Amino acid sequence: MASAVAEVHEHTHYTTTGLDNRKVAIWAFIGSECMLFMSLISTYLIYKGKSIVGPFPHEAWTDPSGHVFKPILNIPVTSQSTFVLLMSSLVMVLALAAVENRGKPGYQGTLLGNSKLWLAATAALGATFLGYQAYEFTSFVHEGLTIHTNLFGSSFFTLTGFHGAHVTAGVLWLLTLLSIDIKRGLTPKDALLVDICALYWHFVDVVWIAIFTLVYLIK
Amino acid sequence: MNDHAPHADHAHEHPTWKQYKWVALWLTLITVFEVWIYYTPFKETPYYIPLLLVLSATKFAIVVLFYMHLKYDHKLFKALFTGPLIIAVCTLLALFALFSHRAIPQ
Repeated sequence: MASAVAEVHEHTHYTTTGLDNRKVAIWAFIGSECMLFMSLISTYLIYKGKSIVGPFPHEAWTDPSGHVFKPILNIPVTSQSTFVLLMSSLVMVLALAAVENRGKPGYQGTLLGNSKLWLAATAALGATFLGYQAYEFTSFVHEGLTIHTNLFGSSFFTLTGFHGAHVTAGVLWLLTLLSIDIKRGLTPKDALLVDICALYWHFVDVVWIAIFTLVYLIK
Repeated sequence: MNDHAPHADHAHEHPTWKQYKWVALWLTLITVFEVWIYYTPFKETPYYIPLLLVLSATKFAIVVLFYMHLKYDHKLFKALFTGPLIIAVCTLLALFALFSHRAIPQ
């Protein structure tokens, strides 16, 4: 009995609230990330419309040599990437449910219980989102907008670049969990590890929800 | 529920697969609606931006409450998220107020 209790305490890290300190930490981290992204969004919005030279996000611009620049934001492409990220959140919750319910009826041996599939799908959708972002950044540079061009370019690339870096970290995190799942299999005891990763992933998703509206859809 | 019991953070109900499916559907529908109104004359009306903000806030809340399980989770987690979020929104509003009254000389 004593050894069993010792074993439990060896692998768990509870605070005085009875909550696992890793989960408290991830929520505190997400809270701090809220402030980071809000500062970046604030900067973007304050500088919005204050660029002296183009290209501009929603309006065409003609430079002194007569070259016409189209509005630079590509709403159809970004809408697709937004949909991809939203769907990645759905498969992420399915991955967590598969790990939490491993061995239970309805999950054992079924598609819903295949955590490897859902983790791989989440990572793949995250990588697809990054592909869309790489395409967008490349096309912007080809159309003449870089981080040095104007206030819009500086604030836009900083904001979306920070978000992209977070998505990249999330994809690496998911691939790490997937490799653990392949190597030894994730069990309900590991649910917290997946839960923490899922919270981070959903946070990255909600940040994009805000960015999509504030940067892309509001003129 | 005893808040001091081990695994208090996991002693809560999670939504079912059916609920997750509905959440995903609503998120998709709201996004489609947002993009659709972007291409309509409604975009030029004064109601466009407030409507988009409401829709975006709705999607934000849906993901946080259901996918991040904050609706079912411990109140400490709610405080750890909403506290900084409120500070962040207040900072945004304060910056807007500052910059709308003091134009940057160009």
